[in-house]
Amino acid sequence: MTSIILLSVFGILNLFLGFLRSNKVLLPGAMLLLLAVFGANLADWNVVHAPYFNNMLVVDNYTVAFTGIVLLTTIVLLPFSRSYVLSGETNLAEYYALLLFSLVGAIMMVGYDHLLMLFVGIEILSICMYVLAGSSKRDSRSNEAALKYFLMGAFATGILLFGIALLYGATGTFVLSQLATAVAAPANASLQPMLYIGILMMIIGIGFKVSAAPFHFWTPDVYEGTPTFFTAFMSTVVKTAGFAAFLKLLAVALPAAQGFWLPTIQAMCALTLLLGNVGAAAQTNTKRMLAYSSVSHAGYLLIGLVASKGVLTGDAANGIFFYSLAYSIATVAAFGVLKLVTEHRLRDDYSSLNGLGKTNPLLAFTMTVAMLSLAGIPLTGGFFGKFFLLAAAAGQGYIGLVVFAVIMSMVGLYYYLRPIIAMYLRPVDGDATPVPVDGIQTVTLAVLALLTILLGIAPGFLSGIL
Amino acid sequence: MLTAVLLFLPLVAALLLHFTKGATTRALALGASLLEFGLAVYAAFAFKTTGSAGFNLDYAWIPSAGINFHIGLDGLSLLLVLLTTFLVPLILLAAFKHKYDNPSAFYALVLFMQTGLLGVFMSLDAFLFYFFWEVALIPIYFLAGAWGGERRIAVTLKFFLYTVVGSLLMLAGFVYLYLQTGPAAGSLASHSSELSAFYNLKLSAAEQSWLFWLIFAAFAVKMPIFPFHTWQPDTYTEAPAPATMLLSGIMLKMGIYGTMRWLLPVLPLGVSQWGKLVIILSVIGIIYGAIIAIRQRDMKRLIAYSSLSHVGLMAAGVFSLTQIGLQGAVVQMLAHGVNVVGMFFVADAIERRTGTRFIPDLGGLTRRTPVLSVCFLVMLLSTVALPLTGGFVGEFLLLAGVYQYNAWVGAVAGLTIIFSAVYLLRMFQRVMLGPDSAFSETITDLTGGELLVLVPLIVLVFWLGLFPGTFLHLSEPAVTNILALVGR
Repeated sequence: MTSIILLSVFGILNLFLGFLRSNKVLLPGAMLLLLAVFGANLADWNVVHAPYFNNMLVVDNYTVAFTGIVLLTTIVLLPFSRSYVLSGETNLAEYYALLLFSLVGAIMMVGYDHLLMLFVGIEILSICMYVLAGSSKRDSRSNEAALKYFLMGAFATGILLFGIALLYGATGTFVLSQLATAVAAPANASLQPMLYIGILMMIIGIGFKVSAAPFHFWTPDVYEGTPTFFTAFMSTVVKTAGFAAFLKLLAVALPAAQGFWLPTIQAMCALTLLLGNVGAAAQTNTKRMLAYSSVSHAGYLLIGLVASKGVLTGDAANGIFFYSLAYSIATVAAFGVLKLVTEHRLRDDYSSLNGLGKTNPLLAFTMTVAMLSLAGIPLTGGFFGKFFLLAAAAGQGYIGLVVFAVIMSMVGLYYYLRPIIAMYLRPVDGDATPVPVDGIQTVTLAVLALLTILLGIAPGFLSGIL
Repeated sequence: MLTAVLLFLPLVAALLLHFTKGATTRALALGASLLEFGLAVYAAFAFKTTGSAGFNLDYAWIPSAGINFHIGLDGLSLLLVLLTTFLVPLILLAAFKHKYDNPSAFYALVLFMQTGLLGVFMSLDAFLFYFFWEVALIPIYFLAGAWGGERRIAVTLKFFLYTVVGSLLMLAGFVYLYLQTGPAAGSLASHSSELSAFYNLKLSAAEQSWLFWLIFAAFAVKMPIFPFHTWQPDTYTEAPAPATMLLSGIMLKMGIYGTMRWLLPVLPLGVSQWGKLVIILSVIGIIYGAIIAIRQRDMKRLIAYSSLSHVGLMAAGVFSLTQIGLQGAVVQMLAHGVNVVGMFFVADAIERRTGTRFIPDLGGLTRRTPVLSVCFLVMLLSTVALPLTGGFVGEFLLLAGVYQYNAWVGAVAGLTIIFSAVYLLRMFQRVMLGPDSAFSETITDLTGGELLVLVPLIVLVFWLGLFPGTFLHLSEPAVTNILALVGR
């Protein structure tokens, strides 16, 4: 709760800071603030709070854990906005304010106990993202991305809201725990179809936000057009919060309707894995590859939902937590490197990374660690993320799904190796000057690489905490 | 404690190399690897008095999942640790002969790989084993990819995908086995990935039947067994010489060792069902590799196919499930490691002098290079399994094991010796003897630095050939133990 208040207040303060016309204060200010919020959030660990606002919001370990991921992701992402500071971007204060507000939305999505709160959280997050997707005003691709994201997103939110309304119609409540009892013992059997349609529509609405197939079609275009800094935010924070909300909905409110949603999620999972991985393998542009790769990671996370069997703690929930963390860190690292390289070399296809191992060893190393983590190779956090999720699913007897996921991760190896090959095995073409990286970015990149390796060597301290 | 130092010393050295330059880099890399060898020798003497008990190291790694950081040594592991620590300094010395870009990264990757390899040979927990199995792969990928020949990109991609696909299947098999285990004593987790927990599983023959292929996939690709070998000749040829030595001298043994430790005792029923097929594939590999080797005109490629042929015999010996066959595989792992590193080193020495390893371009080199010729001949005759050399002891025991299994298979497998005599002696004749070539008069003999690599190898060849008991005694209890577990 403190984190929501702090973020909202500082978001508004940030808007006023914009009047100072001094971009130099903004970045360190925002980072310090987020660190403070991160600390405040951690202070809630293992502390029992009564639900806030008539069962609207709960702050428990689940909320704290996922809030921690989104805050950490944003902290390590912020240094990559340095180029905005340097170029004298006039709207920087607004960008930061929007990021802080969208974090509020993300925390509400993680901590909701009431479907309205879920809806409000998703809307706060999404509206900020629509604006940020189009923040590069004079770039037609950014405009296209914003328009596409807005139209599709608004449509999906409508479907989600419709689903919430139908669920309310069938059960008479918005509160998760009451929903669970009402679904388990329906008062009126004739309302069952309404309930199921409602569940399906909610799955579609959230599925769109986390870009799960077949509702992923917007992802590549929007990711490609959006300025890279915000793409990174979109593919980490939005996905983490989305999956935390998804798991909570299915595990707390709808465990009794498992017979209905389990096959649906399983089918979505297989389709997402297939389309994400095959799509990514066909790309030649690093950013589009990462977009499809984010779809494929939604697929792995869906395995966690399947394996959760409607339980909010346990192997699967822990797996989703660990996977989201490892994925977020690796994705921020990959987008961060990509942003720096693209700004210097003015391209974002694989060949723009050529010879980076020679010109910028740290960038290349961090990118390599990130790619290996996304591919799920040991020594990186991504391996244990996949391992925990797949072991949980195999433990529940979903052998077919696990085998399919393993085969798909073999496809993943192919496209995650391509940036590595470009960086180390191919010579630089064109401009051979090193990509300029300033101090704080160097530190952040090193921290990201070390965190990923740390998660891959000593996962014990974060596995099984939920 | 000694076990942990042994495992992580190369890694620490690899990290330190980052901060050094020029001659210091070489001194540090070589010094660390020699110190590591010294530690391994010390461990071998300590092992004689304390046995494996003194080397056990068991920490909770992921307590919530029952996964432990459990490493230890028995006779079998110890021999492979000795082989690895013995070869790495020599491989580094061989690397010093080349002028690589960014040498500190090159040596660091070699040492990093050493930690991975040692981890594979020491792990007593399935997921730790898998972890090190992949850790060994990453550095060799970069070694072969970044410093390799012209076709390196496509070739190393193929190598990487082949081996990772194989190991992912192994991981899937391990996860299945892990889920069948109960909790370990005193652990909160509901499963355990301990090797001993895997040994205690009672799985049905049907389960073992498909699990066998999941787990064997990784080992078969790594060895490689026919028909999983197609990555091997290209990778051996394209990789820089030190990487080829690592691949053929040590990494190949990961497959044999894995089979002996993690496949035979864990899935005995699966092995008895599919063992015959694997032996047939191995024997096909022996003949196939040998016939293709005869036709090769590139020295490195010829040695690569020769290695394929010899590893087939090792696999057949292991799957014969006889004491003598397994012991033969152990000796042959050592002998083959020494031989193939020596052969690749000689080929590399010739290539550095003449700029070519194309056999028809060479000839009549022996007149100016008597020492090189002798060293080459020793390595070659050990590979051909001439008595008094290590290769003879290994292949003899292996053939005896396969013969016990089935006389006809033994007879066909025995062709390996005849074939290898054909292609290797032909190579020697055309490269070192034969009509003079453009290089006959200009080529120089081995330098002292190169002898520093070859002399230890030659000493070991004869040691293995004359006193194989030194090594067989160490591995005997381990092999007996494995066979007892298979026969249960």
